[in-house]
Amino acid sequence: MDLTLKVWRQSGPDDAGRMVTYLAKDVSPDMSFLEMLDVVNEKLILEGDDPIAFDHDCREGICGMCGMVINGVAHGEQRATTTCQLHMRHFEDGAEITIEPWRAAPFPVIKDLVVDRSAFDRIIQAGGFVSVPAGSAPDAHAVPVRKEDADDAFDAATCIGCGACVAACPNGSASLFTAAKITHLSLLPQGQPERLIRAKAMVDQMDAEGFGGCTNTGECTAVCPKGIPLDTIAQMNTDYLKASR
Amino acid sequence: MIEYTEGEALRDAKAPEGPIEERWAKRKFSAKLVNPANKRKLNVIVVGTGLAGGSAAATLGELGYNVKSFCYQDSPRRAHSIAAQGGINAAKNYRGDGDSIYRLFYDTVKGGDFRARESNVYRLAEVSVNIIDQAVAQGVPFAREYGGLLDTRSFGGAQVSRTFYARGQTGQQLLLGAYQALERQVKAGTVEMFTRHEMLELIVSDGRARGIIVRDMVTGEIERHTADAVVLATGGYGNVFFLSTNAKGCNTTAIWRAHERGAYFANPCYTQIHPTCIPVSGEYQSKLTLMSESLRNDGRVWVPVAAGDQRAPGDIPDEERDYYLERIYPAFGNLVPRDIASRAAKNVCDEGRGVGPGGLGVYLDFRDAIGRLGRDAVEKKYGNLFEMYERITGEDPYTQPMRIYPAVHYTMGGLWVDYDLQSTVPGLFVIGEANFSDHGANRLGASALMQGLADGYFVLPTTLGDYLANGPYGEVDEEAVAEAEIKVRTKIDRLMAVNGTRTPDSFHRELGKIMWDFCGMERTEESLRKALELIPALREEFWRNVKVSGTPEELNQVLEKAGRVADFFDLAELMCLDALVRTESCGGHFRAESQDADGEALRDDEHFAHVSAWERTPDGPVLHKEALEYDYVKMSQRSYK
Amino acid sequence: MAVTGAVMVGFLALHMLGNLKIFYGRESFNEYAHWLRTLLQPFLPYRGVLTLLEIGLFLAVVLHMWAAITLTRRARKARPVKYVAKKSQATGYATHIMRWGGVTIALYIVWHLLDLTFGVVNPAGFNSAPADRMIEGFQPGRWWVTAVYVIAIILVGLHLRHGIWSAFQTLGWVKGERRRIVKLGALAFSAVLVLGFLAPPLAIMFGVVK
Repeated sequence: MDLTLKVWRQSGPDDAGRMVTYLAKDVSPDMSFLEMLDVVNEKLILEGDDPIAFDHDCREGICGMCGMVINGVAHGEQRATTTCQLHMRHFEDGAEITIEPWRAAPFPVIKDLVVDRSAFDRIIQAGGFVSVPAGSAPDAHAVPVRKEDADDAFDAATCIGCGACVAACPNGSASLFTAAKITHLSLLPQGQPERLIRAKAMVDQMDAEGFGGCTNTGECTAVCPKGIPLDTIAQMNTDYLKASR
Repeated sequence: MIEYTEGEALRDAKAPEGPIEERWAKRKFSAKLVNPANKRKLNVIVVGTGLAGGSAAATLGELGYNVKSFCYQDSPRRAHSIAAQGGINAAKNYRGDGDSIYRLFYDTVKGGDFRARESNVYRLAEVSVNIIDQAVAQGVPFAREYGGLLDTRSFGGAQVSRTFYARGQTGQQLLLGAYQALERQVKAGTVEMFTRHEMLELIVSDGRARGIIVRDMVTGEIERHTADAVVLATGGYGNVFFLSTNAKGCNTTAIWRAHERGAYFANPCYTQIHPTCIPVSGEYQSKLTLMSESLRNDGRVWVPVAAGDQRAPGDIPDEERDYYLERIYPAFGNLVPRDIASRAAKNVCDEGRGVGPGGLGVYLDFRDAIGRLGRDAVEKKYGNLFEMYERITGEDPYTQPMRIYPAVHYTMGGLWVDYDLQSTVPGLFVIGEANFSDHGANRLGASALMQGLADGYFVLPTTLGDYLANGPYGEVDEEAVAEAEIKVRTKIDRLMAVNGTRTPDSFHRELGKIMWDFCGMERTEESLRKALELIPALREEFWRNVKVSGTPEELNQVLEKAGRVADFFDLAELMCLDALVRTESCGGHFRAESQDADGEALRDDEHFAHVSAWERTPDGPVLHKEALEYDYVKMSQRSYK
Repeated sequence: MAVTGAVMVGFLALHMLGNLKIFYGRESFNEYAHWLRTLLQPFLPYRGVLTLLEIGLFLAVVLHMWAAITLTRRARKARPVKYVAKKSQATGYATHIMRWGGVTIALYIVWHLLDLTFGVVNPAGFNSAPADRMIEGFQPGRWWVTAVYVIAIILVGLHLRHGIWSAFQTLGWVKGERRRIVKLGALAFSAVLVLGFLAPPLAIMFGVVK
């Protein structure tokens, strides 16, 4: 199949950036989206052009490194799928595809489709952990955990930190990401001692990074490759309100 | 062809004598301690932020050292440990099913086909129990039972249920635990984090590892970082095959640079090939995806009896199907160990009976399981895996059999380390998959996570402390630093200057094909000699004809790739040499010349019960042998008939 | 947003119930209006309670708008470069209805106050009886007023449908299975409110109430 790609090109943080059109010929429907870009890039390199820079690593949907807005949707229109797991068979022959980076002030573009997501690391630094030095832990069976709680905690902990939630949110909010970590640790007995200071510190850091506020539009969970539920945001709000009292 | 010489025998001088149960306790007690007030003044560099590097940096920071942590990804949370699915072994014996530290030790030594050190493996088993405690305390959401206690399952043919897991994402959850601990230290100011930084050279001053040269991958700036000790936790080198289950960025550059600077490389030929991966679908394929081994519990593996049978699987009647694993290994059937299943698949494909694009695949069929258990039951057990398969291939495994094929998955070889995890360069410590120490010639399922965390949380902090307490080691020689930096700059300039007509990826792909064809699942003297001819020729072309676009002073993914491929060439050559020299078959290394009457791997303990540690010298590689002695586990030959 | 919104939802519910008094006749409606003004007299002066309520309501409206403006400004700041292509994956309902719907509703309220509260733009005129204002206001001849009113009320309903469950979410009261119930509840409540508000003007326009 042949495709027309409209790709955001931006040589660096100070460049204004623009959409550039490329033709992708003889694309196999079995290719992944990134493999399709690989092929385009191989051609660009040989022509002496700068290949399209994009982040990627594991290419199996778990590292969270890849991510681009495809036809207006973070990670593309296939639900619960990272960009690397999206395959070309979901596109029509002759289709025109727009490809843009995550757009948010706290995620400045480094080059083309590569953005700086270190704001997420700083949110975790603010409190997304349980303080437990190596070797100081009690036996793993010392505290039983209800299976339901462990399962719910896992559902939140499965976040891969890709940033699609921010990219999709009309407010540019990082609530789903922050809430996923808060909820994960909130639901487990091990997370209780630091529960409220964690929620407060993480939410404050999120705001300080310049992310927008949550208006419960649900866009985040709709594009989340791991399907993190909005419940996590309710949990974050509960903890934050308690902590702010 | 590359020539090698044999050097002096090598010995691990750090493992204490005495009963194996007491060795780690003895070592811990004999290790010198660093005064807490002095720790702040001691700088440690940790490269890599996977389970080993992440946990090490966090723990060293917690202890009060001044740590600098480096990773090439945009966040330490992305290291490829995150992709580990199955679980983590620990000798907790929570089931009361007869597990013990000794049994885990025994299984690991045996599973490694008697090519690992007993002392190291025993310590690994011993520490395994602490890992689970640590992870639970960090909030890792392991699977639990209704009683609130941790659930376990049996894995990789173990007879006890000792694998702890968090759905199919155990690696992710454990890594996030380590990552969170690491970020906590970043906030506390004990760890300084350098993301999007790639180590390109090791600084050796006065015979000791004293720092690294890195490239800031965003600005292209070359930076010098010096320290009192350097820890490499940069993972395995499976990407030398181009196609593997590794992340695209995984590379050998860090350990290869260290090897060039004097660190011995041990057992480079030991590669693990996983039998159940989604096959290659075309020339453009960029990586392979693993499907959990658990699928073989209910799926039946087959190929058509006749070569070149192009019919759809559903149109092939039972009598024209060859359920070859069940036929050849009636006792274990579809559940034979990884290496055996992988090789059997290769054999039937070599006979022209493979299925799918290029004939490189075999069927894994759930028709009978669905008939017997019902679709719902199968969906409950494997639903997420089926979905993943469907997403990638576009085929529905409920109505047509899956196609699977083996893929490179893990490398047991790595930099040689002693019991203290210190390489042959003093002050250079190597942990996790990057070292060679614990898995011998074959790694058991659910043991990689265990080793990474054991090294990072529990072993390294003690042994590194001992090394530092024996210091100080003086000022870093400025000339050594400058020399390392010049090496880096020269290499980059050289790569940029070629301006040829082939991309780094096209070279990498070709190198990978050579490795897969001639140094893959089955190796022969002939194939290895062939590879050793092809690799230097391709390397020569690379340095003459590679094309790197852009400039070095910017984010340049082509340059990054080119540098990594350059090192893969040299590593590939050493792997083939190691495979050629080791004429026996053991674990993941199968030499066609060394098999028994049934076609099974045949070890040669008389000549090869040793670690092959390679030194790189200007006159070519020098082989140092470390003899392996088995005082506790009796050496025996495996059989799965 | 949640708290101020809740205050206004409470007001709307009472307002709607009050409006329905028109079905009992002009007297009943005017009596109700009078009662509102004399409530708690002589403890409080004439219009005491009502004024307090009005102040509270006014504060709620101002704070609600302030919060909305803050959120919008933060959102703009968080995304200085717009997407070339952007497609909603969650129906886009909340995004469009809440922000622009909110602005529209605010404009409508100004008209509504001038029309039915102060009677400035009402045919019954300033200082007329409340029931007269209502009935005069929605005569068939002024069908366009009714039309504006109907559209505004439907907008309010849509606003509430998201606003109510959203408030529960913001306060952290929505989890798991309860989300569906809260969302259904919000929908039902909004629907009742819309019907309750639409009944009097439509009844007047079609001559059911004279």
